[in-house]
This record gives sequence, C-alpha cells and structure tokens, in this order.
Amino acid sequence: MGENTNSAGGRAAQGRFVIEDLDKGMFLLNREALVSQDVLHTEVRKIFSKCWIYVGHSSELKNPGDFHTRKVAGRPVIFARDAKGQVRCFFNTCRHRGALVCTERKGNRRRFNCVYHGWIYNNDGALARVPGDEAYTDAFDQSAYGLRTPAKFEQYKDFWFLNLDANAPSLIDYLGKATEYLDLVVDQSPSGTMEVISGTQEYDVQANWKLMVENSVDDYHLPSTHSTWLNYMANSGVKVEPPKDAALVLPTKGLAIDLGNGHFTTDNVNFRGRPVAAWIPIYGESAKPEMAEIRKEIVERCGPERARRICDTNRNLVIFPNLVLNDGSSVTIRTFYPDGAGKMQVTAWALGTKEESEAARARRLDAFLTFYGPGGFATPDDVEALELVQQGLANWEDDQWSEMSRGMGREHEQLNSDEHHLRTFWRQWNKLMTGADNAPQAEAAE
Amino acid sequence: MNAHSNVTVTRAEVEDFLFHEAALLDEWKLDEWEALLADDATYFVPPNDVLDGGHGDTLFIISDDRERLRQRIIRIKDPNCHAEYPHSRTCRLITNVRILGVEGDLVTVAANFVCYRYRRHQREFAFVGSYRNILRKSGSSFLIKERRVFLHAHELGKLGSVSFVL
Repeated sequence: MGENTNSAGGRAAQGRFVIEDLDKGMFLLNREALVSQDVLHTEVRKIFSKCWIYVGHSSELKNPGDFHTRKVAGRPVIFARDAKGQVRCFFNTCRHRGALVCTERKGNRRRFNCVYHGWIYNNDGALARVPGDEAYTDAFDQSAYGLRTPAKFEQYKDFWFLNLDANAPSLIDYLGKATEYLDLVVDQSPSGTMEVISGTQEYDVQANWKLMVENSVDDYHLPSTHSTWLNYMANSGVKVEPPKDAALVLPTKGLAIDLGNGHFTTDNVNFRGRPVAAWIPIYGESAKPEMAEIRKEIVERCGPERARRICDTNRNLVIFPNLVLNDGSSVTIRTFYPDGAGKMQVTAWALGTKEESEAARARRLDAFLTFYGPGGFATPDDVEALELVQQGLANWEDDQWSEMSRGMGREHEQLNSDEHHLRTFWRQWNKLMTGADNAPQAEAAE
Repeated sequence: MNAHSNVTVTRAEVEDFLFHEAALLDEWKLDEWEALLADDATYFVPPNDVLDGGHGDTLFIISDDRERLRQRIIRIKDPNCHAEYPHSRTCRLITNVRILGVEGDLVTVAANFVCYRYRRHQREFAFVGSYRNILRKSGSSFLIKERRVFLHAHELGKLGSVSFVL
C-alpha cells in the first residue's frame, strides 16, 4: 500500500487510494476504500488501534460505583467510577477464561462478578476473589490478574478517550486545535459542566463508517437531502431564504476549518435556532425571557465576541477518526464503529448544561428531535443517502473513483459547502493507512 | 357527557379501531389517519434503553405534539423524504389488545405489535413492541389522544430509522 508518488513541485500526488492535483483542481478517492474488507482490517490496525477513541463523559458516572458497559473501538469495555471516585476504563473480559464480567448496560456496583467460574473484581479492576484459590500454587499471583485496561485513558473537559497504543501522543496533543471547538460547546455552561442526558440512540447504518464522517460535516447536501427539514423550518416560522451570494447553498455563510491531525469542523452563522440562546418560533414565545437570561449570562462571562460564537454559530466537529459533536439544532455526541466494510453501528447522546432549568432541558431535547436521530426530520434521510451510496458502490470496480474537488479553486477561505474538510479527512486517513505523507500542502495552508 | 361517568367500551370496539388505523397507515392513507388524531394528540417513541423515561428529561426517538405530528405527516408524504420514498411497504400485526382503564371519555389501551417494513433490495425490518394508546371516545368511534410506542429490542440497531409512523 505504499506506492504514493508526488509530482508537479508538490502540488500533485498519486496513490492507491487518493489522486489529487491542485493545479488541475482534482481530488479523487478510490471507492475500494469504502467497500473492501481488507481495507477495514488495515483500518483496525492502523487507525482504530493508533488514534484516540471516544469512550464516554464524566457525567455518565455521577457516583462512585456507577458504570456503563459499551463497545469502544470494537472492544467491550466497562466505563466506571471506582469506590474512590476515579474514572476508569476496563476491557470487559475475565482474566481467567475471557467471559464478560459485566452484562448489565449500566448500574452501580462495588464488584464485577464473572458468572462462569465466579472470579470477582473490585470496581477499581483489582481481582478480589478467586473461588477455591487453595488449588493454585504459590506462583499464582492474584494481584497480577486485575482487569486489563487500554494502554492510555485520558480526558479533556470530561470527554474520556482511550488509546490502544502505548506510544501514542497525549490526548491534549492529539486534539490540538480541536480543543477550541470543544471549548465552545462546554462554554454554554456557566460552570463549564456539560452532562450527557438520559436516553441513548443506537442504530445501524448499512454503509461504510467513513461515509458518516463525510456526511457529518458536508453542508453541500443540505438543500437536496434535507429539503423536507428546510420546509419544516419554513413552515414553523424560521426564516429560510435562498442565499444572496451565489457561492452559498445555505441561507447563511459557513466555513470549513482544518484543525490538524485529521480533525476538522464547520463554523456557520446560525439560521436554524440554537436552544442555548438563539430563539426561533419552534421554541415558543414563553421561552424568550429565559433564553435572553441565558444569553446575558454568557455575554457577561465570556464577552460579546465569544458569546456570539457560542450562541450564534453552529458547528459540526469531527475528532478523527470517529467522534462527531454536532452543536447545531442541539448538541449531540455521536460516535460510530464499523461492523463490516458496508455497515456501521452508531451511538448518539444529547449533551446539555448542568445548570439548565427543566424548561430549558425540555426545549433542548425537543430541538434535538427536529433534526437529529432515527425519528428526527433529517437524520433518517442522511442514513438513506449513505445507504444509497453503499448500494451504488457495488459498481466500484467499474466506476472506481469518487469526485471530491468542490472548492479546490478557492484561494482563501473554504466554505462549509465545499469539500475541503472531506479532503482533510481523507488525507489523514491515507497518511495513516499507506504512510503517504506527500499530500499537496498548499490547500492545507489556505 | 357527564364528567363523572365513564364511557362504556368493549375490546371489540377498540380492536376495530386499532385494526382500522393500522390499515390506513399500511395503505399510506395518511390524511385519513391524521383525521383520527385528537386536537391534543401526542406521539412518543421513548429510547430503547429508557422505556419509562419522560420526554422532558430523556432523549426520545420521537416526541411529537399535534403540530409536530402535522409536520411529520407533511414530511413523510413528500417524495423528498428520501427515507420513505419510494414508500416503505409495511404490514402491522396487532394483538394482545387489553383495555387498561377508562376514565371519563378516555380509554387506555395496551396492545402488542409486529410491524414489518420492507424497502427494495430485500431490506426487511421487523419492529416488535407494544402500544399504549389513550383513545378518546368520539361518537361511535375513537380519536387518538396519545400514542406511546415501546420498542422491545435493547437497541434500535438494525431497524435503523423510525422514518414512518409506528
């Protein structure tokens, strides 16, 4: 997979998966990347075993002993707060013969018991009891058989990630400039404390996982994929006017921003309402005074310019490879993992501020459902679009390349409806998969 | 009607109504189905992991008031609702119907269902769950005041989207 060549003074590169030429305005992706089981096996080794992968949020573990079981990077794990209050992550597998040691989705436990032979672990992972331990020799060291943990487990502002690679950089270095956009989400809260709200949306999409990455930040598709949602907005009194600027596809302007390390975001002037503090008629007249108060607090705390970014811009942030924070019609944490080359499992949560009133929480959740999730007015059509792509890709050997050059000619800023951020993703993916570090550099600097 | 007297209702009447509205949904007669909604109708699908949650503090799959339901129907009928165009074919089997209580003109009804949804290319989805409907007696029939759908799978998983009316 290492055959990447570079030419035209660094302004063009050709490899197995990506062909690009800045001067010709060409960016092509080999569709094999979206259908091949071999590619998926390589991704598991070179991406999911090397990058920081989102596990969960501190707020999901309010009390000592709280735990959630879930799959992260394909591994069953226990995300837990131990008796001393420390947040931990264990591989959910008995050190004895391998069974899951916790079968409940969530709960509060001092101990995790393996049902097979009865080995018992404390909620800090230590092996507490082995039934019939007199049958073991003195060489058997019980203290060496605590639950295994990922090589690294770190948090940024309550967002916990694991890394399976002991040589990985620290989480903060990995996130890099993306922390600015995580901060914009967290700063909705007066105390900087967000919490994951009860209720999990877990659904499969019959499409390659990377299509969800693209879709999460691709604003080019909104008018065609989501015309029924735009109609709903208009029917509900939201001003949805066609853009005056011919370069735009949405009523307001938005940018696409490369954050390094494969992370990227959109950064859009809001028109769709934001439950934090940008009122639209869907929220109802009665919401206005409270939303004005929330905005006032943010302005006083953060200053008018930062408050404008928090309240009046919406952003879809991708943390490479598989975490998306949509800070739009509401805030979602969305992560996904491949289950075969043509299928992914998606998990999504809603995120709210710790301080918000019952009314504000209800408004945030209601706003969430106007767009997001399996019963929302937009996400089902995204899912359909991705599944249509995957179905069409059965032709990949006869129609091998996807075209992704939109916006390449723009010399300065990249719009949210361009494909700059998609190219950012694919360059990082290509680099990790093939070792190619020869992507044309000019666009990245734009 | 006297506010203190409860309407008299039989399971057969309730079943007739549930079978009728299921047929309207299966036949994509959404305007006729909408006419069966009370002015204060609500429609809830709680998340698979918190079936007993409230929509004010739990992230639901669907939490519609009457206006949102109206908009949902507008959306689903639109050929640009890609998740439902070409329309899914659905077949609802409704069974285990029980009248849980009658209060004035409101009848709380539980039922189990299997709703098969078919899309092209052999994409088949079997939604299994139970309804808790609150029906309002209206003349010789009923209006739907509340529809609450409990999906029994531990996660939505391969069912994907709930882009049609359950």
